[in-house]
Amino acid sequence: MSVSVKTPAGRRSAPPPRSFSDWANQHRKWLFAAPAMIFVGLLIIFPLAWTVYLSLTDSHGSVRAPSDFIGLNNYVTVLSDTDRFWPAVGRTAYFTFTALAVEMVLGMIIALLLWRPFRGEKWVRVAILLPLVATPVAVGMMWRLIFDPNIGFANQMLGWVGIPPQPWLSGQYTALPTTIFMDIWQWTPMVVLILLAGLTSLSDEPDEAARVDGASARQRFFYITLPLMMPTVIVAILLRSIDALKTFDILYATKGKGGGSFHEVETLNVYAYGLSFDYNEYGVASAVLIIFFLIIIAFMWVLTRRRKGAQQ
Amino acid sequence: MSNALLPAGSTRVDPQAAAAPARRRKPLSVRAYTWFRVGALIVVVLALLAPLAWLFASSLKTNVDIYDASKTIVFTPTLENYVNVITRNNYFVYIFNSFWVALVSTVLSLLLGVPAAYAMSRFTMHRSALVVLMARVIPGISLLVPWYYVFSNMRMVGGFTVLILSHMFVALPLIVYIMMSYFDSMPLELEESAQVDGLTPIGAFQKITLPLSVGGMATSGILAFIFSWNNFMFALVLSGAHTKTLPVAIFDFVSYASIDWGGLMAAATVVTVPIMVIALFTQKYIVSGMTAGATKG
Repeated sequence: MSVSVKTPAGRRSAPPPRSFSDWANQHRKWLFAAPAMIFVGLLIIFPLAWTVYLSLTDSHGSVRAPSDFIGLNNYVTVLSDTDRFWPAVGRTAYFTFTALAVEMVLGMIIALLLWRPFRGEKWVRVAILLPLVATPVAVGMMWRLIFDPNIGFANQMLGWVGIPPQPWLSGQYTALPTTIFMDIWQWTPMVVLILLAGLTSLSDEPDEAARVDGASARQRFFYITLPLMMPTVIVAILLRSIDALKTFDILYATKGKGGGSFHEVETLNVYAYGLSFDYNEYGVASAVLIIFFLIIIAFMWVLTRRRKGAQQ
Repeated sequence: MSNALLPAGSTRVDPQAAAAPARRRKPLSVRAYTWFRVGALIVVVLALLAPLAWLFASSLKTNVDIYDASKTIVFTPTLENYVNVITRNNYFVYIFNSFWVALVSTVLSLLLGVPAAYAMSRFTMHRSALVVLMARVIPGISLLVPWYYVFSNMRMVGGFTVLILSHMFVALPLIVYIMMSYFDSMPLELEESAQVDGLTPIGAFQKITLPLSVGGMATSGILAFIFSWNNFMFALVLSGAHTKTLPVAIFDFVSYASIDWGGLMAAATVVTVPIMVIALFTQKYIVSGMTAGATKG
């Protein structure tokens, strides 16, 4: 057996550079990536590391004020706080799961309705696009007027069919579901776009074959289309959940600081914002943010594993 | 479609002849679905557009009319709120601020992001890409406290530079993400043959790859612009009286005592309409950007 000895024909064995242009071409991999990586390092990695450090100190009042290293005390404080922290975790989970579930089901139904071409498709697409690009704060203000208990159109409509007026955003128990409704209005279109892209990229053959074999429309959806769509469905869940977990704009626009007087829409993001910029409790706020960050990472990790599983 | 429904053993029919009666008399279930589909889509369109129409209608009402239930649909439109928003509340300044911050942060992010996405795609730098994309997952607030500290020490809080940098935090990962999937799908052969013809690798990138990826840059650039225009949280903390962007300026119409509903709705319309107009003209790019990477591994 003869062994042929080959030197790897990579850039390392190239002759030494002569001009700047040669040098740039040889190192283009890092030359191209470096500016973005430096930006990310300075503005993201470094501040994030600082937040981790802050979470281990009793920094409060002013970031410039001297602070003491207190180890994991902030985490103990936060994790044993059943007054604000755990309810905020509960609201974040409730908001995310409810919004996500409704958006996925509605989004799938609308995507299926749009799947095969029809006349007037263009207009439906415009209607889907507009909520998606609308400024969330403005959307929050818009719903705030519609859901106003006294002058809002929502209660006026209920009045026409004889249902008593609802408190909507100003009710202690109705506020959070109302904000979930707003999230559904704004972001179901995004799920529709993603799922529709998935549906149009599917090959027609499995569906046709099942049709020839006499499968009903429902059977074809649950046994053919949905399993084939699973990777796309998981991408949609992934992208939507990242944003839903971090929802801030519409909550702040409709209920203001602290998520309302009973903290009825105070999610983790709103809570962390209040701790940082209303109470200046930087140490505790950083601990909340690190925990929040870990929750998001864990969630993403589970979903990406699922996605890999669905692709095999 | 109708041929596929024929029993396998049936004799071949002329497709034209078979299609004609099928068109005249579709099965009842198909017709029922068509009507269901039309009805359902009308409901969807109404549900999506009616609130926006309501926003716009309210912006044309006086505050007296907004409180009057009998003037819900029939009212005398007035531009009073818009005059109020633009003259008395300096909205031209905020419109300019929003536009300037969105434009500069988008252009700078494209300058940094496109070459980076190219390198990450061609040299499969998965770990570096992951670091950039992590920015999409991090809660923005966790960066705001350190940013605020550093930038206030440099006396930069309230200036445009900080706002632009913070908006790049949103734009850059988005651009890298979209451009990577764009470069991944672009064949290597073009660049290779350009190099055979004597171009340097960077020359091939400049003269071949970049011109071919204008579509991808438009897609990611438009989305980055929209996200920056709509961004609220960073401007809420980092902007000053003179650099306020539109989403923050809206809150001028809300006070503890009362809300100027007409002004608020006019302001909300002023914020949203420019971005909707842009979106209508660039629909194709927005859809391809929103769905980038969704349909493949």
